[in-house]
Amino acid sequence: MTRRIAYIASNTFREAVRDRVLYNLILFVLLLVGSAVLFGQISMEIERIVVINLSLTSISIFGVIIAIFIGIQLVSKEIDKKTLYTVLARPVRRWEFIIGKFFGLVETLTVNTCFMALGFYAALFYVSNGLHKSDLNILTAIYFIVLQFVVITSLALLFSSFSTPIFSAIFAFALFVIGTFADDLKNFAALTEGTTHWLITGVAYLLPNFGSLNVIGSVAHDQPVSLALFVHNSLYAVLYSCAAVCGAALIFERRNLK
Amino acid sequence: MKSARQITGILSFLLIVCFGGSVLAERKVDQLRPAATLEEMLYIPSSKVVRRMSVGFEALVADIYWTRAVQYFGAKHIDNTNQYKLLYPLLDMATDLDPRLIPAYEFGSVFLTQPPPRGAGEPLKAVALLQKGIRQNPNSWRLYQGLGFIYYMELKDYPAAGQAFEQGSKIPGAHPFLKVMAARTIQEGGNYQTAQMLWQSIYESFNDGLIRENAMTHLRALQVDQEVLQLEALVRAYAARTGHLPAGFAELVAAHVLSSVPRDPLGYPYELLPDGHVMVKFYRELPFITHGLPPGQRPSNMDLSTRHK
Repeated sequence: MTRRIAYIASNTFREAVRDRVLYNLILFVLLLVGSAVLFGQISMEIERIVVINLSLTSISIFGVIIAIFIGIQLVSKEIDKKTLYTVLARPVRRWEFIIGKFFGLVETLTVNTCFMALGFYAALFYVSNGLHKSDLNILTAIYFIVLQFVVITSLALLFSSFSTPIFSAIFAFALFVIGTFADDLKNFAALTEGTTHWLITGVAYLLPNFGSLNVIGSVAHDQPVSLALFVHNSLYAVLYSCAAVCGAALIFERRNLK
Repeated sequence: MKSARQITGILSFLLIVCFGGSVLAERKVDQLRPAATLEEMLYIPSSKVVRRMSVGFEALVADIYWTRAVQYFGAKHIDNTNQYKLLYPLLDMATDLDPRLIPAYEFGSVFLTQPPPRGAGEPLKAVALLQKGIRQNPNSWRLYQGLGFIYYMELKDYPAAGQAFEQGSKIPGAHPFLKVMAARTIQEGGNYQTAQMLWQSIYESFNDGLIRENAMTHLRALQVDQEVLQLEALVRAYAARTGHLPAGFAELVAAHVLSSVPRDPLGYPYELLPDGHVMVKFYRELPFITHGLPPGQRPSNMDLSTRHK
């Protein structure tokens, strides 16, 4: 079982790295990271902060775009090209296919993020005339960005298991935007009472919380991220993604592919 | 290989367990992070820019700004804070984007007028907001009512209050009490009865619980102020007749000066102090009262009862 999932994951990874659009997006991020150096120079005393903020924001936004646009095609592409039938004709279960696809894309995004992070650290090295011990703190923010990608990938996969690519992209992107403002939703819930309170609280927990996975502002100002937050955010992202992937697998198990 | 039914069962179980776990983890994350607050920042202060950015949907954006103003006020109100610095900019933005958003003028002016911590304590800004509303909606008599109320209660400008009520009363469909209020504010500005009538009109004409509760609190305070003054006058008259101050209200009841021991609007008996002053039993439960307070206690605009909970 693990072997079959690993095969599907590695094939998904290989397929994704062949995509030219992916390289264009990564190049664009690296250009933005480079421009952060120039932007910092026309400002006052915030060169380092601008490099961190602009670079990590670019990595996050473009990573999410990559996750959504590759994630929504994972299933539909296989159906369109009829390669899915070849795969499922072998002793591969549908849920194994979904989980393999998920891991393949997460692997792709992690490797991409590593490259983008390298570009970012190069820019930071240039601006700060070297790297310091406190710069390691930024790795936490990058790790949280990867967790965002894991969650959004699982959601893209969930939507693509029952919807068309365009609608899946719209749903996933809308959830990303709503999830970024999850704190406001909880705030709103706190101001209400009775059924409305429980309803909004329920919706707030049902939607992904991307707000807590964004610590870019804190690390830009050298504020450390607590170990407890690190652990619980990791736990949250893993469990939420796992639930979404289970949902995707459940739907895909019952989907009529004829 | 497992059957399809078994796989469905396992996946469903995993989905529930993982989602439940994610809720618990998120709750822990919420505890670890600083409490999410409505930030003291107006991201785009120019209504012209917001109007352009809303690409024709400015009415919806105005609704969002108004909702944000309400949430901002609600959150600050719960915190019993004295700072409402973002309230007026939010209301101004909402009404710039949708000049016909009457509730924003009506309720927004109430939020702005009330003294801290019940509101922003900025009656002049409330007047500016209502005047803007009247310019945009000259047929809304409720805005004139609000304007007259602020002039009367907060700014003590009785002629201006009367003028606002009078202008409002001329609008077709205006409530008849505007005419009465116009006459009384001009003739009898500053007395308890007029104030009582104004708060009563607010209590009766608004459906919102917060506004009605506030009006009721003021009505109770006005009742206490009047009753305390009347009781103290009775005590003084009794002392002048008998040559000594009564030991308590029971003595006045025994002397047939009072039919029973008087009680405040909350149902607690008034207390008679040895110096002849009358005091309410729980002054914290009766905000806004100016008479019947313990010796040395200054009148307060704060709702002390909620503050000490």
